Amino acid sequence: MKVILRYPKREVEIAGRRRVKELLKELEVLPETVLVIRGSELLTGDAVVGDEDVIELRPVISGGGRDDRP
Amino acid sequence: MKCRKCGEAAALELRRHNAAFCVPHFTEFFRKQVREAIHHYRMFTPDETVMVAVSGGKDSLALWDVLIEEGYPTVGLYLDLGIFDYSRESREKCEAFAAARRQRLLIERVDAAIGAPIPEVQKATRRPTCSACGLSKRYLMNRAALTHGFVVVATGHNLDDEAATLFGSVMHWQTDALSRQSPALASTHPKLVRRVKPLYRLSELETAAFAFLRGIDYIVEECPFAAGATSLAHKEALNRLEAASPGVKHNFLFGFLEKARPAFERGQDVELTECASCGQVTTGEICAFCKLADQVKRRSTPLTRPSGDPSQ
Repeated sequence: MKVILRYPKREVEIAGRRRVKELLKELEVLPETVLVIRGSELLTGDAVVGDEDVIELRPVISGGGRDDRP
Repeated sequence: MKCRKCGEAAALELRRHNAAFCVPHFTEFFRKQVREAIHHYRMFTPDETVMVAVSGGKDSLALWDVLIEEGYPTVGLYLDLGIFDYSRESREKCEAFAAARRQRLLIERVDAAIGAPIPEVQKATRRPTCSACGLSKRYLMNRAALTHGFVVVATGHNLDDEAATLFGSVMHWQTDALSRQSPALASTHPKLVRRVKPLYRLSELETAAFAFLRGIDYIVEECPFAAGATSLAHKEALNRLEAASPGVKHNFLFGFLEKARPAFERGQDVELTECASCGQVTTGEICAFCKLADQVKRRSTPLTRPSGDPSQ
């Protein structure tokens, strides 16, 4: 399958069927930090993905300045 | 994985709630959390126009989307920071969002207010970029609301943002910051508008999922200055804890708000005055924004002065 990652944007090829949570573990990605996207749907950790799939791991973490009062 | 409500295929697992939801029930859950936040802190009434500070990112656009759908009168505020392609793209996202929903979008340029776009401010003052940016945004949000007659500004800060800020404050025992951290900051001066964070009950994963499932076209790329930001290191630490113990971020933040914050609040009364230079609210004679703008003015070369295009 093709897996699209960001920061920096890149693609990796991974062979074989596995559950999403196993894929994230292999790529050392914490489940809370990405949306797992296949086409127009979100996948949960127990979903099975295979060779024909294109999966985007879209980071959800944004950051920068601290919140404070003027 | 099945939806807890209806048994259909789930789109998102919420480990901290030990639940999973399908698309309709997740969006219902999301809106309910926002309603609960607004109600619990009495953030605003249905009659008040809410100025929503939007960055083009998932959180602020998701917030604006919910408030529109819930029937609140809103107006967007986009602050153009002048951060190259990032600002240009994020502004386009906000403009497209507002146009598609027939909402009013106000735009303020940071360079017009401070004398230089954000990337030049660090060079001119040596103040960290995120610090100067945050200071400028808070100042300009408040000023824009006052100028246009709005009494409340809503920002897209989520549970992860708030937990990371709390973590940073605790790491350094910044008791003044702890006393001020709240999902709703009341107006304590005629020139200080109310500021609220209706997404504080929702995690970053949840706001991203909501934005995606609602088809909101948001800017996915991160601000080029965010790399290495302390807040990101704090979020990473908290997410490692969360992976080992789901719900720990929620408990950390909500425990603070319910049990600890009142103790810090009691000892931190400060007197607010008006800045001798601009008239905005400050605790000293000259506000931090005017000091920053003065530094920029004194140290900038002609090449760093604002040009016609803030992204140049």
